[in-house]
Amino acid sequence: MFHWLEKHPFFFAVGVFVTIAFAGLIEILPNFAEASRPVIGTKPYSTLELAGRHVYIKNSCNACHSQLVRPFKSETDRYGDYSLSGEYAYDRPFLWGSKRTGPDLMRVGNYRTTDWHENHMKDPASVVPGSIMPAYRWMFTNLADVETAYAEQLTVAQFFSVPYNKPVPMKDGSTAVVKMGSSLADAQALALEEAKAIAADMKDQDVKDAVARGEIPEIVALIAYMNSLK
Amino acid sequence: MENRPLEYDYTVAKMFMFTTIVLGIVGMLIGVILAFQLAFPSVNLILGEGLAEYTNFSRLRPLHTDAVIFGFTLSGIFATWYYVGQRVLKVSMAESKLLMALGKLHFWLYLVVVAAVVVSLFAGVTTSKEYAEFEWPIDIAVVVVWVIFGLSIFGLIGIRREKSLYISVWYYIATFLGIAMLYLFNNMEIPTMLAASPAGETGLGAWYHSVSMYAGTNDALVQWWYGHNAVAFGFTVPIVAMIYYFLPKESGQAIYSYKLSLLSFWGLMFVYLWAGGHHLLYSTVPDWMQTMGSIFSVILILPSWGSAINMLLTMKGEWQQVAASPLIKFMVLGSTFYMFSTLEGPIQAIKSVNAIAHFTDWIVGHVHDGVLGWVGFMIMAALYHMAPRVFKREIYSKSLMAAQFWIQTLGVVLYFTSMWIAGITQGMMWRAHDEFGNLAYSFVDTVTVLHPYYTIRGIGGLLYLIGFFMFAYNIYKTMSARPVEESELQNASPMGA
Repeated sequence: MFHWLEKHPFFFAVGVFVTIAFAGLIEILPNFAEASRPVIGTKPYSTLELAGRHVYIKNSCNACHSQLVRPFKSETDRYGDYSLSGEYAYDRPFLWGSKRTGPDLMRVGNYRTTDWHENHMKDPASVVPGSIMPAYRWMFTNLADVETAYAEQLTVAQFFSVPYNKPVPMKDGSTAVVKMGSSLADAQALALEEAKAIAADMKDQDVKDAVARGEIPEIVALIAYMNSLK
Repeated sequence: MENRPLEYDYTVAKMFMFTTIVLGIVGMLIGVILAFQLAFPSVNLILGEGLAEYTNFSRLRPLHTDAVIFGFTLSGIFATWYYVGQRVLKVSMAESKLLMALGKLHFWLYLVVVAAVVVSLFAGVTTSKEYAEFEWPIDIAVVVVWVIFGLSIFGLIGIRREKSLYISVWYYIATFLGIAMLYLFNNMEIPTMLAASPAGETGLGAWYHSVSMYAGTNDALVQWWYGHNAVAFGFTVPIVAMIYYFLPKESGQAIYSYKLSLLSFWGLMFVYLWAGGHHLLYSTVPDWMQTMGSIFSVILILPSWGSAINMLLTMKGEWQQVAASPLIKFMVLGSTFYMFSTLEGPIQAIKSVNAIAHFTDWIVGHVHDGVLGWVGFMIMAALYHMAPRVFKREIYSKSLMAAQFWIQTLGVVLYFTSMWIAGITQGMMWRAHDEFGNLAYSFVDTVTVLHPYYTIRGIGGLLYLIGFFMFAYNIYKTMSARPVEESELQNASPMGA
């Protein structure tokens, strides 16, 4: 059989393809229906948070920070509850990372504040002596791309039925509604409103001035995203 | 015409040899910079505060991995295909104007994609998925380049004289099919500019931005099915294709066992794809998939060692060649590193080991003993073998080649030993508890302790880079030397050709 295949490239290629496609069919497909259901308490990202997530991705924060708490005592002691599949239901793409050069950030919103992030992103070693993380000062001047974040919200609401403007069940039995703008101007106004709350807790005068002018620096969006990780 | 020996046409092979070397230098240079950034964070500001955004570790890291995978390695795969393909199929590129045009188009489009990737990654335009960072416009261009590569493979096969496909061709076909399947499924994404707001606005936001078709755990599953098998079909399958051709050619020895090559090939095809789950141990992926990933990773030792042992036994009775020829040294040590790496990987895939190893530098070390010791050595050996035949000149300096071999070997050893120690140290410190049951170390303690190992790793990487410059210089001097008159034997059997 093998000798015959080696003289018939077409059938050889078909044979190879069937052999390599087999594992994917059995291993990957069955999970698709199961894993995408959100757990109670998981909300979609707001416009500003999503813009912050894009800043996180743009700077490949996931190259050094994981977002996956494994079910070990040492990890739950350090980072909080271990991760559940449904908590990632609105993560497109997933940001688990593959290397912890820095600590996990899955629940960083539980134990770090806006103020801490501001100082840390400006000069990490001043907050964590011995840290090898570089500073990210350009985030204080670059502006966040709210328009793209809004386009992404529209896309996921339309194609994947992500529940924007709909009640989402929370852990305490209440419901929460994550608003999505009805137009670009509306979305920008919503994001700015959220940005003002963050900027109020910050010290950098340039950032405060920018937000007062109606601009949103990347750092504000990033902190909104970090604070949402719980 | 019929009685003249075949004149192979290496135009396209030469072009890809050039990008192999240039992109190899780029990828490895960035790698060395990254290594020193971890040891000495001030290196992040290597070009000053103003350009910090572009010289920062996190911005450079995808450029390093992609330059080495899709630049250096892929160019090496293409270069060797356009050399080996003609010779084992007994047909010249010059016989078909169409294939020649496709080959050249393949190269120039590839170059355009490389340029687009460099610009986009420096700008921070990325999907964040490892080794699949490109946004949809580049993905489409990648698919076009890949289809041309496929046409080129099957076109050459279509006009072949030698009816039986040599082992290397099996592996090139598998490379083409495997990457095609993986890349397509992992990059399923929806451009966000297609969405319309309730107010009727369309074309919002960055035109190149997209959102993944898969969410959370599913996305992770598809990504690591891809990520692990991009390694399979980029760093293993085509490199095995190379060694099956170049080792017998260089040593004058026939392949040790045809049956062993059959077993290794079909075994590798079947088993490799299952093993992706070992990247997701203790994650939120269902347990049975994690276990399958673990088990199949261990089974993977069989086909991997099958190929490696087949190579080493090909040298049976001819071991004096290892001492005599630096080129054989590269290939034999390459096979050995392949065995080492394919044993280390399954060990890391065992759940209890993975609990310590995952997220640490041991994984980084594992990748690099495979890529530096196996992929890098094999591609350089292939180019060293091709250069005299392609440029019709003798290799410039064998002693430079031997010096390069030892410098790079030392570099690889420094690299993986330091990362091995760093990874296990960090993994153990993360989980250490004191006598009261509290965590013994804060996170930053587990970072500062790595400084000496990061420094040693940087030196190891630097040695490898120096060796690569010696390689580039040697090839350059070979190219630009005076041509040799005598022609090689061209009308022999596939094995003897």
